[in-house]
Amino acid sequence: MSMLRLFSSRQASSRQATAPIARERLQILLAHERGMLGQPDLLLQLREEILAVVSRHVVLDPDKVIVRMDRGKHVSTLEVDIELPNGADRAFAPAG
Amino acid sequence: MAKVLVVTSGKGGVGKTTTTAAVGAALAQAGQKVVVVDFDVGLRNLDLVLGAERRVVFDLINVVQGVAKLPQALIRDKRLENLWLLPASQTKDKDALTEEGVGRVIAELRKMFDYVLCDSPAGIERGAMLAMRFADEAIIVTNPEVSSVRDSDRIIGMLDSKTVRAENGERVEKHILITRYDPARAARGEMLSIDDVLEILATPLLGIVPESQDVLRASNVGCPVTLNNPASTPARAYSDAMRRLLGEQLEMLVPAEPKGLIRLLLGRRAA
Repeated sequence: MSMLRLFSSRQASSRQATAPIARERLQILLAHERGMLGQPDLLLQLREEILAVVSRHVVLDPDKVIVRMDRGKHVSTLEVDIELPNGADRAFAPAG
Repeated sequence: MAKVLVVTSGKGGVGKTTTTAAVGAALAQAGQKVVVVDFDVGLRNLDLVLGAERRVVFDLINVVQGVAKLPQALIRDKRLENLWLLPASQTKDKDALTEEGVGRVIAELRKMFDYVLCDSPAGIERGAMLAMRFADEAIIVTNPEVSSVRDSDRIIGMLDSKTVRAENGERVEKHILITRYDPARAARGEMLSIDDVLEILATPLLGIVPESQDVLRASNVGCPVTLNNPASTPARAYSDAMRRLLGEQLEMLVPAEPKGLIRLLLGRRAA
């Protein structure tokens, strides 16, 4: 009996309701996915245009550009991380 | 030397994605550098099971088509620094995957990681073929149930004939992983026994994962079960399976009680 009780108490303590978490995650995800269907390549387009603007002033290595996304319930963030080679700013300064 | 492992089954809903996430996380915890690759184009879910769904920017098809570089598409797990995800595309057509392109991506991943785990889509179409095409080893996820065993047999036939290794006269090392095993039903004789499954498929056993609420809870919160509740019976079964993949000889534990708490030792050797 004690074994059984031990077992059920262990179960109870680990049983926090996870379904509400699943529900919220799905709501956020599906809201984004449904909105995406019309314009699937928005991120790609944003990245290309941002890179085009930056490369007008600096020579950059496309491999050193990292785009990160975090989709939230109310706002999402787009993080563009561009690695600039040292000296690039000086080399291009006179042209500007 | 990097290993490419395909997690496959033929049948849907048997636990391929759960297994990919759980074994991938367990390997990463054991110090291996791991990437899990979702091949289910149009119906990706590995990102969701890993809790990375909000962070997907680029995907496998973007990389195959050369639109994005591989490092830009890889998503690092927030809990395990050794674990990375290459997501599938949700919007593109699966025909966008080419054998040449997938081969190039896998070759590049081999240079960067110790383990490349390919999560196959269900079925035997293009996506499933490409997921297994470059594999060195295969985990065939099987439920102890007639249709699943039949589909596993079909997949084993494909692994022995349609992979690059098979075409070069080499073997793809195959492992059966039994999932959703229900000890109570097995005890009542309502479910195919493990011996039945292994005898029919004639392939070594990697592990037995019991049907468990812990698996559902883990996917609800977006965390591999091996991380979310390491003490749970499915997590321990996955963890043992991972250690067997790394070459350890462990006794095979068969979940015995309805709750899966008490497990009996069975004298069967692992692969």
